[in-house]
Amino acid sequence: MAEIDTSSGGGHKKGPGVKKAKKLSTRVDLTPMVDLGFLLLTFFVFTTTMSQATAMNMNEPKEDKDQILKVKNSGAMTILLGKGDQVYYYFGQLEADKLSEEFKSTSFKEIRQLIVDKKKATPIDDLMYIIKSDSKSTFKNSIDILDEMSICGVPPGHYAEVDITPAEQELIRQTEIANGIQ
Amino acid sequence: MTAMCDVAFLLLTFFILATKQKPPEVLAVTPPSSVSSKAVPDKSIMFTMTKEGKVFLMLGDETKKGDILENINLTKALNLSQAEMAKWKKEEFIGVPLNMVKSSLNRADKIPATQLPGIPNDSTNNELVDWVRSITNVYAGGNQRDLEQMLMVKGDNDALYPIFKNVKMAFKKNEIYKFRIVTNSEAVPIGSELYKQAISGDKND
Repeated sequence: MAEIDTSSGGGHKKGPGVKKAKKLSTRVDLTPMVDLGFLLLTFFVFTTTMSQATAMNMNEPKEDKDQILKVKNSGAMTILLGKGDQVYYYFGQLEADKLSEEFKSTSFKEIRQLIVDKKKATPIDDLMYIIKSDSKSTFKNSIDILDEMSICGVPPGHYAEVDITPAEQELIRQTEIANGIQ
Repeated sequence: MTAMCDVAFLLLTFFILATKQKPPEVLAVTPPSSVSSKAVPDKSIMFTMTKEGKVFLMLGDETKKGDILENINLTKALNLSQAEMAKWKKEEFIGVPLNMVKSSLNRADKIPATQLPGIPNDSTNNELVDWVRSITNVYAGGNQRDLEQMLMVKGDNDALYPIFKNVKMAFKKNEIYKFRIVTNSEAVPIGSELYKQAISGDKND
């Protein structure tokens, strides 16, 4: 560090009665400043949020009564979102006599594998995921499932959000009661 | 010691300058996360859904904000005076039903954000439809795509689905089928289809 020479330039002798001024060091103790510096540094490092808000595109289908989408039963997978982050699903259409076998419950952790399996097992032209949200499901669930679609590489146009039917709502209620979902 | 001190202060300066001061968030909302990597535009028309199911509207495009408010004042016959309109334009966001706008503007004290009732959005009285109509009216003639890029929906994780549905309904009734959702960015899970696409250099949009 830079130092200032404090010694007097001329070497003239002082008188016998004059006390010699004590030479003070100009080296300042930097420790508190460094302490403060690091404190602020750690504060800013921790408070800086690296996660930036991003925007996800949403495409809603045009409501067109004449153009009802025809979906092959063999290629359809219906995913239902219930309360408590529960996910239910069935393939094709529900048949009244085999409800308990076809209507299955799962979770967000496992749904990805199911989506991928279905995608692999179905010719791409027939593939269709139908997403239905129960009134007790959250906004997070809706976004998560759409996100899951893009994670699994399901092309746009092969998944759609459809209104839930009262029969399906009833099925969810019954399953919730059976599984004890609060 | 000197070198360490230098480095520390350099980092300190960097972080102080690089930290973007978030605009004060009046509405505490934790958005869900998604793998999308598009940035949120600075100018946006934001519909915010809170945990409690209230919907607020923020008109971020200052150049058009006045026009939109003027438009809704006319179409919904709110009968606001010039002074009231000027006051309304200064409001950061809209969180009261249309019939309460006049009285809320004339209040001496400001209602705290947490106590605002929000914009009514149930199927019997969905005022969001009116708001979106005014927005489309003002932006009519311009590029539809530009408007779609600006329309944002931000929601809390715990907001219930019906609220989101009502917001979507408001868009649909005004023939807007594309909008955007504000999310927190999230890493693409390793090994997933999207991950493989990204590795192989495919563009995913």
